[in-house]
Amino acid sequence: MVADMQTSLPSTAEIWTWLDAVSDPEIPVLSVVDLGIVRSVRWVEAEPEADLTATPPSSPSSDSTLVVTITPTYSGCPATAVIKAEIIRAMQQRGVNRVRLETQLSPAWTTDWMSERGKMRLLEYGIAPPEAQGHGCTAPVGALKLGLAPVLHSFSDGGSEARTMGIPCPRCGSADTRLVSRFGSTPCKAFYICNSCLEPFDHFKCH
Amino acid sequence: MALALNNLRFEFVLRLADNCLILSQRLGEWCGHGPELEEDMALTNIALDLNGQAQNWLEYAAQLEGQQRSPDMLAFLRDAGDFRNCLLLEQPNQDFAWTMARQFYFDTWHHLMLTALLDSADQRIREISEKSLKEARYHLRHSSGWLIRLGDGTDESNRRIQKAIDDLWCYTGELFTPDSVDGAMWAERIGPDLSQIRSDWLVGVQTVLDEATLQLPPSASMHTGGKRGIHTEGLGYLLAEMQFLQRAYPQAQW
Repeated sequence: MVADMQTSLPSTAEIWTWLDAVSDPEIPVLSVVDLGIVRSVRWVEAEPEADLTATPPSSPSSDSTLVVTITPTYSGCPATAVIKAEIIRAMQQRGVNRVRLETQLSPAWTTDWMSERGKMRLLEYGIAPPEAQGHGCTAPVGALKLGLAPVLHSFSDGGSEARTMGIPCPRCGSADTRLVSRFGSTPCKAFYICNSCLEPFDHFKCH
Repeated sequence: MALALNNLRFEFVLRLADNCLILSQRLGEWCGHGPELEEDMALTNIALDLNGQAQNWLEYAAQLEGQQRSPDMLAFLRDAGDFRNCLLLEQPNQDFAWTMARQFYFDTWHHLMLTALLDSADQRIREISEKSLKEARYHLRHSSGWLIRLGDGTDESNRRIQKAIDDLWCYTGELFTPDSVDGAMWAERIGPDLSQIRSDWLVGVQTVLDEATLQLPPSASMHTGGKRGIHTEGLGYLLAEMQFLQRAYPQAQW
């Protein structure tokens, strides 16, 4: 593998398969590709200061830098720093030493970018996957000018949001579940309880 | 002229950053002290979102300033007089109702502000706002929900949240009082028209207070100063804790 690097660069398609082996540190069944945070992968020509830790160029191909652009999930998610380090490590393990990560904020990450395979894996792992946008979780900007309509619906009856949004229990499949807390063990999850099987579960919030 | 505008833009972005950073630190003080486990996690999750937003704003502020100060240096090596947050955000925590009242006033403003900034003439401001808005909307739903639960709850919860709403009222005016920075930003269409934000804010606050069976406080004279670096006593103590490590061990790396 490394020997091949001397003559030709790995294709971006190949890079994508490598990225698909990099896990989200907090939800290890998801790859960073499943999560939908990798926006683009591209090669750029020689960038002398791209990576100070890179080995000096020993062949024509090592003059090129791999640029991976990612979009953070939540602004303060501490996993983002780990994910960046893991991506660099995974690429270097395969002989790509010059790697630069770019962060792109806009368009903002949405759970609609999560792969269908990722959603299946979440479900199997015991986390209710995010529902599609337009299900009521994130109204388009402008539609809810003050963002208050859902508040008044959700809280005036003690928080029936889970029922109205129909988050099914990942264990027994029942739709009779309730929201316990809008904030869970990580920024991306909310905490629910199933009224049928009484098991608590995490829901990957629609965002 | 271009230089002056750049300085004003730096000030404007720094205010957005400091509002998020200082409130984040206040919320972080709740870690391990929440009234229930779920709420402990909620407060710290919101703190985390705001900290991330502050980081995005500080990165841009550092770039605008062009003085080789990193975002971390802006956070950890400025003294109180150089902070530009509104006074509301630095007020020391009291009880949970009080914390939620402060959060609700801020979230309603923050949400409107970020929505308006989606139309900013400044691309970077638009991008950071777009990212932050999704989180701010969620925060607003959380704090509004608590306002309603506490206001329309027991006599004791109603009494406490009404007192908090009243006591904090005098710090809300600063959010909408334009100064030369706000005026210049609005003229360039980089920032919003604060008078419009104010009227929308009042509608939003009134809507939730009505639902919560709470009263809008009577008009009062408003405390200002935070936006130009004149702060209340609490900020110094907050910074002493937040900046301790960098002050005691300069340039220590995580």
